[in-house]
Amino acid sequence: MSENSKEVAKLGAGVYSDHEYDAGLRVIHQDAVADPGIEPHRVRMTDKSEKHEKSAVRQVATLFTISMLGSALALWAYFAFPISEDLTTVRVNTLFLGIGITLGLMGIGIGAVHWAKTLMPENEVSEERHLARGSDEKRAAAVEIINLANQESGFSRRKLIRRTLYGSLALFPLPGVILFADLGGKPGNNPGDKLRHTAWGPGTRLTLDPYGFDGEGIKPADITVGSVFHIIPKGLDPEHEDYLEQKAKAAVLLVRVDPAELVESDEKKGWSYQGIVAYSKICTHVGCPVALYEQHTHHLLCPCHQSTFDLLNGCKVIFGPATRALPQLPISVDKDGYLVAQSDFLEPVGPSFWDRSVKQ
Amino acid sequence: MSPLKRKINGLRRSPMAFGIVLFAGLLVVGSGYTAVQAAVSPSTAVTRSQEQIDLGKKLFLSNCASCHGKNAEGSLNAPSLIGVGEASVDFQVSTGRMPGAASGPQLQVKPVQFTADQISALAAYVGSLADGPSIPDAAYLQANGEVSKGRALFLTNCAMCHNAAGVGGALTQGKYAPNLMGSSEKTIYEAMLTGPQNMPVFNDANITPAEKNDVITYLKYLQTNRSVGGDELGNLGPVVEGLVAWLGLLGLIIAITIWLGAKSN
Repeated sequence: MSENSKEVAKLGAGVYSDHEYDAGLRVIHQDAVADPGIEPHRVRMTDKSEKHEKSAVRQVATLFTISMLGSALALWAYFAFPISEDLTTVRVNTLFLGIGITLGLMGIGIGAVHWAKTLMPENEVSEERHLARGSDEKRAAAVEIINLANQESGFSRRKLIRRTLYGSLALFPLPGVILFADLGGKPGNNPGDKLRHTAWGPGTRLTLDPYGFDGEGIKPADITVGSVFHIIPKGLDPEHEDYLEQKAKAAVLLVRVDPAELVESDEKKGWSYQGIVAYSKICTHVGCPVALYEQHTHHLLCPCHQSTFDLLNGCKVIFGPATRALPQLPISVDKDGYLVAQSDFLEPVGPSFWDRSVKQ
Repeated sequence: MSPLKRKINGLRRSPMAFGIVLFAGLLVVGSGYTAVQAAVSPSTAVTRSQEQIDLGKKLFLSNCASCHGKNAEGSLNAPSLIGVGEASVDFQVSTGRMPGAASGPQLQVKPVQFTADQISALAAYVGSLADGPSIPDAAYLQANGEVSKGRALFLTNCAMCHNAAGVGGALTQGKYAPNLMGSSEKTIYEAMLTGPQNMPVFNDANITPAEKNDVITYLKYLQTNRSVGGDELGNLGPVVEGLVAWLGLLGLIIAITIWLGAKSN
């Protein structure tokens, strides 16, 4: 250890402690970033040569002229490309209006900056920052104002007013806090319950999305092998207030496959009908509609993150970020021969949430 | 009573009368119903001549039989064509997908290999093997349906693969849903009817012929009307838009900022 660094280490140790100890190899810099000062002045071409100065003047004037032309273009475009009944006229109208207004404003901005950079004086100066602390007179004046206000309002003197004000300020935020109860925890109004149930129920007929909701339903013979039907529960009226919420939960994909190819677990035997299976269309990853059905591989692909489900094998995940199989809707046929749901889904549809236990 | 009337009255009372009237009534109702059915059904009576079928069989044996088998019964390399119908043949051959050039995840669109007459002969031959979807009636290919209804149907049934703007998209393991912006009315109809390759079938119980016409109308509207919101950037969605916004626009803003801070020469 050289004499010099020992000195520095001692100095550093002294700063942090009354006791002297060896600070090891620590090197304390007195000034970590030296003030570089103002960089050397460089004379601009526009200051050196009259030719360059004149050309800079012309450049700025040209930029301002472009701005004028741009504004004129915008004015002309407004009348030249009126928006008619045909929506595509919006395209050319906005295009030219946009180009004109951009040239109008950019011309002024770029011209002004160019003017300042090339022609206005360019003396480097450094300004000291003023202190954040106010002067003593200003601070004294501020205290005086507060004291005067206290005296005039009687805030310290009138205890009743002061305490009722404290009380009102304390109570005021509470209604806002109680609104959070709507997010859950209130008996009978738990949003988790809404995630557990859909519009399907025992005997609800399957109908075509989007125009079959007021029709009779679908018969098994309509569903030929290789076709895919996008299904919503019968009676889901588009005019109804929560139509989109209900549809978002209840959307189902109906496919017929060769019953011999279908692999069904024992508990789900009887959930399909003659090889017709119905699965929730809502991805168990983040809830995109899984509807890309490949007829020959029987893969269902989610377009958002490429989760792939095997339709023949209980819609188990075979690729991608989803972790659970798509929920299956148990189906059968009613006495009139239309496809119906046996019940609601037996597990919550869609992405995972905090408590997915099934409550019937 | 005139002799004629008496004769009619006599016939009316004959034991045969009930049977004759019943038969005549059934004949009228039945043939009328058949006529109405024929007018409604999209697959009108197929007219295929024996010459067409013979020509089609020759073309089939020399161009298709090596994979699909001498009697179109299929092989390990290619499916059976019995019952696929004329619409399938017309779709696959008239878009250039068939005859296939190489095996792969999906058949590629290539220059068409046959003339229109040869294609209809091939279709007639395959159609003569067994009943299947026939070439759609021109009445449903007019693109004169309801655009908004077609859009709703397209968004429900097609957009997840073909993209809401119909420009296609990726499927699993190298397969893809093709761009529909160059597809003809007949091609779109036949694709829905037959479900080529991994596309599902949309039969008439699912999307009725009139609704198929609506879907075609929507796609034709997209083909002929450009987006009102400026350049579509390929209609590929947030990836391309993000690329332009982050690299293009943010780069421009950074360039302007650097220029603002730079000293003039």
